[in-house]
Amino acid sequence: MEHMGIEPGRIQFSWVSSAESTKFVKVVNEVTESIKALGPLKHFVKAKAKVV
Amino acid sequence: MTGYIAKIKKISKQILDEGTVDMVIGFRKGTLALMNEPCFAKTSKAVDDFVWDGNCGINLANYLTSRKEKIGIIAKGCDSRNIITHIIENKIDRDQLFIIGVPCKGMLDRHLLSAKFPDEILNVSESEDAVIIKGADYEETLPRKEVLQENCSVCIHRNPVIYDELAADLVEEQADLDRFEAVRKIEALNAEDKWQYFEDLLATCIRCYACRNACPLCYCPTCFVDESKPQWVGKGQDTTDIRTFHFLRAFHDAGRCTDCGACVRACPMGIDVRMFTKKLEKDCFESFGWEAGLSLDARPPLDTFNPDDPNDFIL
Ligand code: SF4
Ligand code: SF4
Repeated sequence: MEHMGIEPGRIQFSWVSSAESTKFVKVVNEVTESIKALGPLKHFVKAKAKVV
Repeated sequence: MTGYIAKIKKISKQILDEGTVDMVIGFRKGTLALMNEPCFAKTSKAVDDFVWDGNCGINLANYLTSRKEKIGIIAKGCDSRNIITHIIENKIDRDQLFIIGVPCKGMLDRHLLSAKFPDEILNVSESEDAVIIKGADYEETLPRKEVLQENCSVCIHRNPVIYDELAADLVEEQADLDRFEAVRKIEALNAEDKWQYFEDLLATCIRCYACRNACPLCYCPTCFVDESKPQWVGKGQDTTDIRTFHFLRAFHDAGRCTDCGACVRACPMGIDVRMFTKKLEKDCFESFGWEAGLSLDARPPLDTFNPDDPNDFIL
């Protein structure tokens, strides 16, 4: 995806076991923060069809 | 390479006459120059239509999917690798096949030639090193090397990797070439330029799906782009949908694509869709040392696990 022009960091992978609740919270917070820093997605946004 | 045809015909007739196979898949002359078409010969008489030259760039493995009969098939290096992939993926049995291996010297780039000669090309003939292009009022001789498909100029598996009989002596494999140069150029761009590169690449795509249909890997009974419940991707010409089709198609080919170039050859708009699959080919090679279709015994990277697999992309 990055090869195609999606900013590095926009897509992230993690491995969290169902027993690792603290890791889950940490990952979610980190991802949310880093994505907020990147700002809204510029590509792959489809304009909604106009309803007249 | 054009001299192979006598032997190809001889073997084809023999295996048909002896009843080893029910049909032989080869090429016959197309209605247009530069475009040979697949030919399914069920009798040794039908074999007389067979041709072999630099316009046989279609991948014949595409016609093997889920066939039940015994088949003779003519295979260049790349076709043979897709045949192996088909066998590994249980789309055909090795026992059903008689593979006539054709050591390949590269196929002619029909898009490049048509762009070079805007007045319709009516006839193409070849010698070992040269190609003679004829139109209504012109004739030109070009060095064969300069008009090869890009995938052929960076090919390192010209010889078939699996065969029952060869149509000619093996050819020397190309060495010392940078087959991922084009990918590296894209990798060097920043995110925005990368996006723009693919935006420009796909600007003329009409979503005819010829690239998908020409590819031996795309054999799903219902392709994700045709599915309507759920509809994974929009059907129109929205650039987001066009891009989605292309990058998902490429992902479906990850670790399977042999860079045969059939997709590019089939595209009526001359789009180099290999620029998607080539990146995945490079990643598979660099991360897993994998090249598709080289052995019947190796499992593809996407269905094996190794504790040493690189995983630095995981947070
Ligand atoms: S063959 Fe070419 S025009 Fe047709 S869908 Fe593929 S890339 Fe687009
Ligand atoms: S994606 Fe294109 S180059 Fe790769 S195997 Fe399919 S037709 Fe050949």
